[in-house]
Amino acid sequence: MLTVDGITVRFGGITALDGVAFAVEAGSAVGLIGPNGAGKTTLFNCLTRRCTPDAGTVRYEGEDLLGLAPHAVARRGIARTFQNLGLFPRLTVRENVMVGAHTRGRAGHLAAALRLPRVRQEEARLRDQADELLRRLDLSDVADRPASGLPFGTLKRVELARALAVRPRLLLLDEPVNGLSHGEVDDFADLVRAIRQDFDLTLVVVEHHMGFVMGLCDRVVCLDFGRKIAEGPPEQVQRDPAVIEAYLGVAA
Amino acid sequence: MSAVTELLQQTVEGVGAGAVYASLALALVLIHRFTGIVNFAQGELAMLSTYVAWQLMASGMPFWLALPVTLAVSFVGGMLVERVVIRPVEGAPELTLVIVTVGLFIFVNAAAGLIWSFTVKDFPQPFPDGGIDLAGVSVGWSTLGIIGVVAAVMGLLYLLFQHTSVGLVMRAVAANPTSARLSGIRVGRVLMLGWGLAATVGAVSGVLVAPLLFLEPNMMGGVLIYAFAAATLGGFDSPVGAVVGGLLVGIAETLAGAYVDVVGADLKIGVPLVIILVVLLVRPQGLFGRAAVERA
Ligand SMILES: Nc1ncnc2c1ncn2[C@@H]1O[C@H](COP(=O)(O)OP(=O)(O)OP(=O)(O)O)[C@@H](O)[C@H]1O
Ligand SMILES: [Mg+2]
Repeated sequence: MLTVDGITVRFGGITALDGVAFAVEAGSAVGLIGPNGAGKTTLFNCLTRRCTPDAGTVRYEGEDLLGLAPHAVARRGIARTFQNLGLFPRLTVRENVMVGAHTRGRAGHLAAALRLPRVRQEEARLRDQADELLRRLDLSDVADRPASGLPFGTLKRVELARALAVRPRLLLLDEPVNGLSHGEVDDFADLVRAIRQDFDLTLVVVEHHMGFVMGLCDRVVCLDFGRKIAEGPPEQVQRDPAVIEAYLGVAA
Repeated sequence: MSAVTELLQQTVEGVGAGAVYASLALALVLIHRFTGIVNFAQGELAMLSTYVAWQLMASGMPFWLALPVTLAVSFVGGMLVERVVIRPVEGAPELTLVIVTVGLFIFVNAAAGLIWSFTVKDFPQPFPDGGIDLAGVSVGWSTLGIIGVVAAVMGLLYLLFQHTSVGLVMRAVAANPTSARLSGIRVGRVLMLGWGLAATVGAVSGVLVAPLLFLEPNMMGGVLIYAFAAATLGGFDSPVGAVVGGLLVGIAETLAGAYVDVVGADLKIGVPLVIILVVLLVRPQGLFGRAAVERA
């Protein structure tokens, strides 16, 4: 589904990604791990066209992803969440989700401005879809509250809902459980597993929480200083001496 | 006339003046919300729109036809300004953006002078003379007309932002352009739309104030200062604040002119400056603004 090959990204003197290559099969869940600053978020930024690599290719379902405009990525069925949340703070929770769903709206902008009856229908449809998603993620109670000011654990679910509203086939999660308590992490893991089934998702998950990664992912890719140092089934990568050293090196 | 009636009379006039400040302040706030830019050229764009209206009427168009045509031209003009002048410096440091909008101010002002000359032009009053009497307070049709037009514009904007999907998309872009883009929204187009709307709202203030001030290229200079006071008072990121701020500034100005002897008619322009200063000292975010941009 997704093939990353030889991706290199430099910021001034820093090489954030250095010839990274891996593939993601449709329906699989790939964990992307590595110490802080390894380049995980930068890789996501390349996949969502926020950042253009200095070298390398990304193919998504046979298409050159790097040739797309950033706003076109959503239409191809790719969505992401952000490490520090990508919500629309002043909008209500429902509106946050409706914005995501908007991509799939059929009435164009001009039609939306001019043909009110049709727009009403469209609005109602967007709203229904948003409400369905909110129910699914147990957010109905806070649907009319502004996103800013909600508890962090709730915001993490709103962030997931916002991304899911695009109806992605490939979902990129950047540290979905960082900052959550133990109990919340387990709940979130169950939620992501269920969602993955229901929505038939392919996942790429960046996460430092090893339990979460091991429980969810079929394969794991480990980055360190922008290089891929290991790839394989979770248990194997976890035992890989290079991986252990990368983490211990940082811890020391 | 009793003291109370006199006070009411002055307040009504203040609301009339304030409605004009409110619409220019709203234009400033819209652009600030969308792009973080303080558009010093907003008043000059409104002045340019007013000349368009004048030109249309000079060629025989009645006011109430010239107005919608002018607003449409302003909308397109605002979009063009975003695309041609602002887009190339998108994301540049604040000082660069300030210099660009000040440059636009000077350019538009000079261009208007070149095309229409700096001599004062009469701008027809669209509302009838006279007015109505409400419990001793006489309210001119022109004051009522201004309040009515501004209220209608605000109402339409409210409907657009809160009850249409275009409005939802615009609010999303203002709140978080990155996420908006990843939701498939063409952020550049929405920003053009925002500048177009702001130019339209600003044009309303120019056209309404022109019969009172007479039309000339520097007409909006003073109004811009009042609008800045209004936006600062209401909060630079709050459309509701801009409207409330505009009305309060209008009332404060009129009352100060009427009751505070040292202010009189000549020193009225000091009122907005005092308001700006006091707000920045006491409550920099304004009445309706948020203290800091939150990032959860
Ligand atoms: N926009 C940028 N400009 C300059 N340097 C950047 C930029 N974005 C990332 N970097 C640098 O690139 C490197 C990789 O950063 P990245 O955010 O991708 O790491 P990460 O693996 O996501 O780390 P973390 O686990 O802390 O989130 C870091 O050294 C970072 O400082
Ligand atoms: Mg990161």
